[in-house]
Amino acid sequence: MSMPEGLKRISETVWELPVSYKAGMRVPARVYGTEKLIKEMDDAVYDQVTNVATLPGVTKYALCMPDGHFGYGFPIGGVAAMDIEKGGVISPGGIGFDINCGMRLVKTDLTLKEVQPRLKDLVDQLYAAVPSGVGSTGFLKLSKQEFRAVIEQGAGWCVRNGYGWNEDLELTEDWGCTKGADASTVSEKAIARGFNQIGTLGSGNHYLEVQVVHERNIFDESLCRAFGLAPGQVVVMFHCGSRGFGHQVATDYLQTFLKVMETKYAIRVPDRELACAPFDSPEGRDYFSAMKCALNMSFANRQVILHRVREVFSRVFKGSAEKLGVRMIYDIAHNTAKLEKHLVDGKERSLLVHRKGATRAFGPGMEEIPERYKKLGQPVIIGGSMETGSYLLVGTEKGRETFFSTPHGSGRTMSRTAARKQWRGRELQREMEGRGIYVRTASWSGLAEEAGAAYKNIDEVAEAAELAGIARRVVRFAPLGNVKG
Amino acid sequence: MSSSAYRYLDDVATADIAFEAEGDSLEEVFVAAAEATMNVMIEDLSALSPSQGRTIDLENTELDMLLFDLLQELIYYKDAEQLLLRITDISVAEREGAYLLRARAAGEKLDLHRHEQRVDVKAVTLHRFSLKRTGDGWKAFVILDV
Repeated sequence: MSMPEGLKRISETVWELPVSYKAGMRVPARVYGTEKLIKEMDDAVYDQVTNVATLPGVTKYALCMPDGHFGYGFPIGGVAAMDIEKGGVISPGGIGFDINCGMRLVKTDLTLKEVQPRLKDLVDQLYAAVPSGVGSTGFLKLSKQEFRAVIEQGAGWCVRNGYGWNEDLELTEDWGCTKGADASTVSEKAIARGFNQIGTLGSGNHYLEVQVVHERNIFDESLCRAFGLAPGQVVVMFHCGSRGFGHQVATDYLQTFLKVMETKYAIRVPDRELACAPFDSPEGRDYFSAMKCALNMSFANRQVILHRVREVFSRVFKGSAEKLGVRMIYDIAHNTAKLEKHLVDGKERSLLVHRKGATRAFGPGMEEIPERYKKLGQPVIIGGSMETGSYLLVGTEKGRETFFSTPHGSGRTMSRTAARKQWRGRELQREMEGRGIYVRTASWSGLAEEAGAAYKNIDEVAEAAELAGIARRVVRFAPLGNVKG
Repeated sequence: MSSSAYRYLDDVATADIAFEAEGDSLEEVFVAAAEATMNVMIEDLSALSPSQGRTIDLENTELDMLLFDLLQELIYYKDAEQLLLRITDISVAEREGAYLLRARAAGEKLDLHRHEQRVDVKAVTLHRFSLKRTGDGWKAFVILDV
């Protein structure tokens, strides 16, 4: 880990590599972070973000957020906006295999005092109700034909079938359904991998966590109040994506693009994982549609998980979910490509904004924000490691400079292979329990790989985003109980 | 060289799993890479009983992409049928500019009581993906998205 030669400091939190850094760069690359985070950044981030800067149509800058780390194709934390009127491309490597991996934040009217005595029971029941681990399947038994409806209709399908409330949709990015998803653009293989996985967490860094608001962790009291959050209050946060379905969609189109990229479109990329096609091409449009199907699968997945969470709270605390106030704050994707209008040098342009391990963060007043949050700015949910904590932030007007994008998590600093040599899952579980965090896991070694010290400091990441002005911190949540995928 | 000729790399991919696999022949390196992929999901591969069999037929004009296809096929069975498979027999041949693979694989469904699981593999990435001939055999470098 060292800063590359030629890295220029633009401001306290913005660092730039010029187009002269690497042959083929069309725009400079900008990495966000404090000096400390920049010094600790994976070397690969600089290599990968400058590769992104070579892609056709990339506009203004190839960006990486403060939580950036080694990815494939794009770095994790990578953001790039492609001008679709100037041959801009779409690339699965700029979105990630886990399309619409994202975060859902749910509040309750319960307090720490009420939850603490029942915490183990609550976490044990959540662990049983939300399957996790290798190849896990969910309780929802759908035919492949029904699954095709789910991927076109997203979370709306779930609510119409009794797995949620209308209000949930209003509080989900894209209202839980990204329009233009055509199931005929996805393969049978993708459907076979995903049709029985709705309502499952998956594994790796995916989790479902019971958290609490402490007074000392409130950064903005009035924003906190506006989101209906107060000291002592218990919330639930979960992190998961489109499961095997999305993974297969990305894999399928990566191969499709590899076959046509050079021969049909004369595009050459420095890394095969950046395989792409012009957005305005048959292959590009098909992938855009298939990716939307995966966005919808993931919104549906998190919607069904919320339904299960409500059932568990209702059982454990003996009351209806309505009465217990198990209500959504927001659901946001952090692996996507979205067609958005952005002002570039004073002109409005249609840009395909790739965000890979980066969260959309629209500023106050913007059209896509639900009415009740319009004045506040779009909620941004940043998940930390299971030991440290997580954040709620809001988007700002200044977010314009990152195409309204912010970090998505804390970002790893240690490889999984190294982490499993350092920690033992069972010991870590006992040690965390000693610190008041009760964790259940499908995989002991998977737990060890997720140790807090394998991650960057979430506080530094959230602070860097605020210092850069691209988001404002509302509150930090402390973990109480965790279901680890 | 044994079929478990693979090693996971500490210092390459932070959030993903990188490995190197080796073999004296193409068949051996393919098997080693398959074992490395499955071993990311299951701690002890020998705990998998070969109770269900599948035949895998693949064709690709690029040899390295044939390996990509094989690993991807194992990931597919893990989700679509919850089957964790190991390769028991494999042949790779070249015919009229294309590479053909036929493999037999055997395994079983995940059993939480007998199988210690590790982490789910989402996909094989093409970032730095390679299959190369070495002085006395073959070597593959793979990063798995987990």
